[in-house]
Amino acid sequence: MPSHVASNLVVLAILTALVAAGLGVRRSRFWREAARSLARRRPLALGVVALLATIALLDSISWVGGGAGAGASGDVVSLHKPRSVIDRMFPADFQERSYSAPLAVTEFYGGTPLRYPRRHLLGTDILGRDVLHLTLKGTRVAFLIGGLTSAIVIPLALAFGISAGYFGGRWDDFVFFLMSTLASMPSLLLLIALIMALGRGPLQVCAALGVTSWVGFCRVTRGETLKLRELDYVQAARALGVSEARIILRHVLPNLTHLVVITFVLLFSGLVLSEAILSWLGIGIDGSWGQMIDQARDELSRDPIIWWNLGAASVALFTLILAVNLVGDAVRDILDPRTLRERL
Amino acid sequence: MSELVLEVRDLVTTFPANGQRVSVVDRVDLRVERGRVLALVGESGCGKSMTALSILRLVPRPGRIEGGSVRLEGRELLALSVPEMRRLRGHDVAMIFQEPMTSLNPVHTVGSQVVEAIRLHERVSVAEARRRTVELFDRARIPDPEARFAAYPHELSGGMKQRVMVAMSLATRPKLLIADEPTTALDVTIQAQILELLRELQQQFGMAVLLITHDLGIVNELADRVAVMYAGQLVEEGGLVEVLRGARHPYTQGLLRAMPALGRRGEPLAEIPGVVPSPEDWPKGCRFASRCPRVLPVCHDVDPEATRLSPSHTTRCHAVAREEAE
Amino acid sequence: MLAYLVRRTLYGLVTVLGVLAFLFGLFFLYAQPEDVARRAVGEKAPQEVVEQWLVNHGYDKPRFWNPEDPLDTMLVEHFRRMLTFDFGRSDADDVPIARRLREGVGPSLALTVPLFAMGLVIAMGLSLLVAFFRETYIDRTGVILCVLAMSVSILIYILGGQYLIGKLLRWFPISGFDPSADVVARFLALPWIVGLMNGVGADVRFYRTVFVEETNSDYVRTARAKGAGDARIMVRHVLRNALIPILTNVVVAIPFLFTGSILLESFFGIPGLGSITVDAINANDFATLRVMVYIGALLFILGQILTDVAYTLVDPRVRLE
Repeated sequence: MPSHVASNLVVLAILTALVAAGLGVRRSRFWREAARSLARRRPLALGVVALLATIALLDSISWVGGGAGAGASGDVVSLHKPRSVIDRMFPADFQERSYSAPLAVTEFYGGTPLRYPRRHLLGTDILGRDVLHLTLKGTRVAFLIGGLTSAIVIPLALAFGISAGYFGGRWDDFVFFLMSTLASMPSLLLLIALIMALGRGPLQVCAALGVTSWVGFCRVTRGETLKLRELDYVQAARALGVSEARIILRHVLPNLTHLVVITFVLLFSGLVLSEAILSWLGIGIDGSWGQMIDQARDELSRDPIIWWNLGAASVALFTLILAVNLVGDAVRDILDPRTLRERL
Repeated sequence: MSELVLEVRDLVTTFPANGQRVSVVDRVDLRVERGRVLALVGESGCGKSMTALSILRLVPRPGRIEGGSVRLEGRELLALSVPEMRRLRGHDVAMIFQEPMTSLNPVHTVGSQVVEAIRLHERVSVAEARRRTVELFDRARIPDPEARFAAYPHELSGGMKQRVMVAMSLATRPKLLIADEPTTALDVTIQAQILELLRELQQQFGMAVLLITHDLGIVNELADRVAVMYAGQLVEEGGLVEVLRGARHPYTQGLLRAMPALGRRGEPLAEIPGVVPSPEDWPKGCRFASRCPRVLPVCHDVDPEATRLSPSHTTRCHAVAREEAE
Repeated sequence: MLAYLVRRTLYGLVTVLGVLAFLFGLFFLYAQPEDVARRAVGEKAPQEVVEQWLVNHGYDKPRFWNPEDPLDTMLVEHFRRMLTFDFGRSDADDVPIARRLREGVGPSLALTVPLFAMGLVIAMGLSLLVAFFRETYIDRTGVILCVLAMSVSILIYILGGQYLIGKLLRWFPISGFDPSADVVARFLALPWIVGLMNGVGADVRFYRTVFVEETNSDYVRTARAKGAGDARIMVRHVLRNALIPILTNVVVAIPFLFTGSILLESFFGIPGLGSITVDAINANDFATLRVMVYIGALLFILGQILTDVAYTLVDPRVRLE
């Protein structure tokens, strides 16, 4: 299966999951009120996250052929490659030979006239690629890092955390040992070691990020399960002979959902920032904002300086992280029962 | 006529809610005389504790005292500067709180916390303050006071911690003691001991006491006068017998009927229908109107004024006022 | 107390063994030493050269089981060498790793110790300030600034700092290092500033939460009712109690001062342990990388034991048993 078809299917799955989650939120009073209160408290940040997520999704839907056709240069090579909705917003050969300043008419060095004068809103990079286009495409990578890693971490952490907390004994000892072993290695070093050993690539980077962020979430899940197990209604269910699997599914798991949501949002910005650092060390994911920053690091020492490449990536990274941090804070305030108690 | 220690008039304290400020303490008047105990009674959330904190000017942000007057032996506390007020706290007015578990600082020994209370107000040496602390512990019936001096709060039982709180509050012989539900968090047997201790020390020291409680049994044990509070307002105030035997306000009557009494075994306990409205939902008329068995049309629109039933007994009720007028 | 420490250390040792097993799995089972050798000697090199490289670096033994000598395996060798701190030579350039570490620890400490101390003082000071003005606009502005500062990637702090302070203002050199006492601070000033900017937001926010939580507690109300002033309450009551959660954050970080800062060192050209790590990444030097992870884990475990001991000093409720 070509990779762009797989990507399209993933988008379909994500959209289905979103609709299902939306319906779930509407059905439960608790989640409906939480969603409403979030929308009231952080409308702007929520809007920014939604906008960027939409861009990421649109950039994941791609198909071959059609659309733009030959550009100004008559270049038709790119027609055989799948192009996403975002790609199709730009001409197929929207490229210059090297740097050009935002909205420039000529190249930055040499003064050769551009193919698309005054069309590159944020200029072009060293290879002549449109910076706005690259920045928009970076959004997809950022969400890929956050989303794929969470998709690895959350199920694993839930499985280990719940089983360890609920059943205890030798298994709990083992999980605890596993957690303290992984936690004792400094996370950046562990990340680097993992990626060096696993090899480079988006899946490897996300798996490595998954290993380093797994511990914290697993610890929270285990602790919460330990507490839930002692609660009266769980004890009562056991006394009534309800099966363990049913207790976990009906009583433990639903009471961890708010933790999953909080952790997911709080994890997200940390993951994206970590990837930027990995890109800087040369082991990140292709096309990320971190990589754009990494490639632009020498441009500041040029004279006159080239700022648009670095500027675009930094602003995009900052905007996403800030919006997610603000949403994350609000989500924690709203869902965390401890703060709820304080407010009453 | 004995001398007046505390006189509170028209005290108003507000908190923000839904974009406006609501009065959680609304035009409260209180008077406590030397050597006497005034019990401030009401359900939780009625503004009793907020009244006490307002007297000490310790209302937590974003709450605010809006107006009225608090006089201690004639001195207006609401007009004092911040340092003046600070010197007065713990020296002239002391307070005991509900939660002995958390009201003491966990990282300091209980002895050093009492020493701090003394040395904040009196220029005495540590050794002298220590000697006095041990003596106070002894008076508060803390066994082996020398050894307890060096104990940390977590090493003491709840009752023992409350004894430390009592000792601390008496350290500088205050003129007024505010005891906010001093026994609510304790076991029944311990409750009795602490109450006994309070009564004894109050008589020895001749303090005025403002006792905040929801327990009418404790009121009956300790109080000379009773003030009943509902939804931020005083609804009835009078001598102990006047209020407990001759309550006139429907809310006070409801409270008394809801209390189990040994002499009435077998009779069902009455309850007051409905719940206390939360501050945002307070009506413009009488705040008890929605739950009142004797409600009149006027109650929903007009907040009742105080009616004087005897020189020492007042209540705030349209129905009672109408009866008295007839 | 002593019994506790012994038990705690034993568990720490078990964790160390876990780390070593993890590293063995990662670098000897998942990533094959043959691949490292290939990369080191070049893809087109003949098989003998690869074999020779493996022999030279001690990678030629059977992994788990050697019928001739059961102890002469890579697994045993890996554990033995790490546990005896016999780190061998770098995969990339045959320099003894121990020597590298000895050379790198000085510059790393010169960077991290002052950075840590300044960061602690500044973060505590600022957070006490905002906590003191809680629920006012100073507090709210402070919290917003913290979230803004936290949302900027360290990469941008590095590039921005170098451009603004190093290039435009010319206050400090852009990068480089000179260990002589009179100029060392000039070279370290810029990384310090960048490090402070990067850490201060999250720290202030965390400490503020702790302080505000403590300020709202019952014993503070008691202290106020006693007549204690704001300054006294902050220092004697709030700070003392807030130290307990803050300590976890702080003591556990102390051992990491030794491993330096990977990003700051590599970008500002400070030849510390962080730079060594980055060089190891670029050179596919697995041996050095393994040692760095191992030492990091050792220091972390040490930090945790230190934290436990520190707890007993500030919190009378904690008894180590």
